[in-house]
Amino acid sequence: MIEAPDLPIWAAILVGLFVLLGASITLIGALGLLRLDNFYKRVHAPTLGTTLGTASILIASMICFSTLQTRPVVHEILIIIFVTLTTPITLMLLVRAALYRDRSEQVETVPSDTAIAEAFITDDEPSSN
Amino acid sequence: MSTFILALVITGAQVLLALAMGCGAFRILRGPRAQDRVLGMDSLYIGGMLLLITYGIQTGRTLYFEGALIIALLGFAGTVALAKFLMRGEVVE
Repeated sequence: MIEAPDLPIWAAILVGLFVLLGASITLIGALGLLRLDNFYKRVHAPTLGTTLGTASILIASMICFSTLQTRPVVHEILIIIFVTLTTPITLMLLVRAALYRDRSEQVETVPSDTAIAEAFITDDEPSSN
Repeated sequence: MSTFILALVITGAQVLLALAMGCGAFRILRGPRAQDRVLGMDSLYIGGMLLLITYGIQTGRTLYFEGALIIALLGFAGTVALAKFLMRGEVVE
């Protein structure tokens, strides 16, 4: 199924570049899903595809249809806004659920409260005296 | 000539997106716990949506845009419902 729209050369270069860039970034993010060893590390990886990968492929789609129909076609921006807004919400809900489950079952790999608190203590604060 | 190269580039991008969906499917099948499987399903939804948009670029029809928008909406709703189920044990309280 090798076919493509008949675009002028500048639009073809831009569309090809953005599509390939977006697909590569999405694949890099998905490979992080395979390679990272902990759920709390893994949850960061696919966001690469949902922000930059989605934006690149939809920008390519906007350029392609604007050139084909010789008028500005920007309805793809709906998907960009929607996906960029909803990904942090879903992943925060998911991590909160995972943290609740891990703490209730006392799994070893949970980031503990003391480790998080120590990460926020700076040196210039007065010590406990 | 430029059309042929563009067709090759778009097909290559579709192969890359299919590999990304394969990574999501691996996480669904092999995830150690339920939250890993939900994360893999979210990644699979995003890959499918992007694959549909590249089909839209390839054929030059705006028909595929509506499908991609619906996949984005339902992926969000599904992941939120599953996260809420993992948290509480029920979806609607």
